[in-house]
Amino acid sequence: MRTRDLAYVALFAAIVAVLGLVPPVPVSGLPVPITAQTLGVMLAGSVLGARRGGLALLVFLAVVAVGVPVLSGGRGGLGVFVGPSAGYLYSWPVAAFVIGWLTQLCWRRYTLAWALVANLLGGIVVVYAIGIPFTSLFGDLPLAASATGALAFVPGDLVKAAAASVVAVAVRRAYPVIEAPTRRATAG
Amino acid sequence: MLSLYVPGTSPVHRAPAGLKLAVLAGLGVGLFAVSRVEVLAGVLAGVLVLGLGVARLPVGVLWAQVRPVWVLLAVLFGFHLVVTDAATGAVAVLRLLVLVLAAALVTATTRVTALVAVVEWLARPLRLVGVRPARVGLVIAMTLRFIPLVAEQAARIREAQAARGAQRVRLGAVVPLLIAVLRLAHTLSEALDARGADDVPARRASPGRA
Repeated sequence: MRTRDLAYVALFAAIVAVLGLVPPVPVSGLPVPITAQTLGVMLAGSVLGARRGGLALLVFLAVVAVGVPVLSGGRGGLGVFVGPSAGYLYSWPVAAFVIGWLTQLCWRRYTLAWALVANLLGGIVVVYAIGIPFTSLFGDLPLAASATGALAFVPGDLVKAAAASVVAVAVRRAYPVIEAPTRRATAG
Repeated sequence: MLSLYVPGTSPVHRAPAGLKLAVLAGLGVGLFAVSRVEVLAGVLAGVLVLGLGVARLPVGVLWAQVRPVWVLLAVLFGFHLVVTDAATGAVAVLRLLVLVLAAALVTATTRVTALVAVVEWLARPLRLVGVRPARVGLVIAMTLRFIPLVAEQAARIREAQAARGAQRVRLGAVVPLLIAVLRLAHTLSEALDARGADDVPARRASPGRA
């Protein structure tokens, strides 16, 4: 990985961090305010691709772990990695990787529809598939109970997936960071 | 620099960062083997004595980390009251409370640089697959530098839009922001390479890989 790739990885780790400083937005009709942080997860995968996107979120978690309070609500430190909702944190690098992988698959014909598919599968399905069992494991809760709790966040996540897709398609047109598959083979 | 570190000279502060992290990791595994309320309450008391008595942390520092999970813990306990019994609920809540407090204690008594050094040390086995530990530290340092930079750029665009009478940030503003910071990251990497960041020799890494 070249220094440029490291800089992109650091940049998106920082973007996710800055999105954590954005106060949660209350949306009319939703029971919970939506936080912007998972938007950064989706953007990291969609803009950087699988490897760099996943790494960006790993770096972000490392920064949280060393005590920089950049999780939404000013949280940080090692405590957030053992709470009942820590599974959602662990899911972020995986989610960014999956989104990036799906994005690379359809990079040549990357349209809004493809972007949506990638962000919905990676940003919502993967996140919940890891986060929900983790909550029930850590809190001794039945799976159904923690799944019900997570339902409140689905509408917000749908909004974010749509937003991330629109942005990702526009960024690809203006400043493509992922290279076409044939050139990737030789890229360092 | 924004950080959760609280300066001090207590034995907890002076203990090596690696040791503190190892104890924390041990607690994370060990506590789940314990299901007796007395033992867990004892560990909780121990952590509080270390934090407030030995390290002399302000109560607010520990409370700030507990506050976000407080509601969740209460809901968890309430759930166990209904479904199982109070004892099981107390065990589940105590376990999480101890872990959150112990983690807050490590974070508050250890400098960010010391923890980054541990992260670099932990990354050493990755040399086998061609990752240079020093570059792991470099990425974290770059991230810490980018955070205020991205925030600043975002604020600038928000102000520009507000000056034109826009009430809220439009999605369209995110695209130019992203492109601006991507360019910036690219420029920074070129500057780093020009200063030799890319040819740090690594014992087991092939050139050109991080």
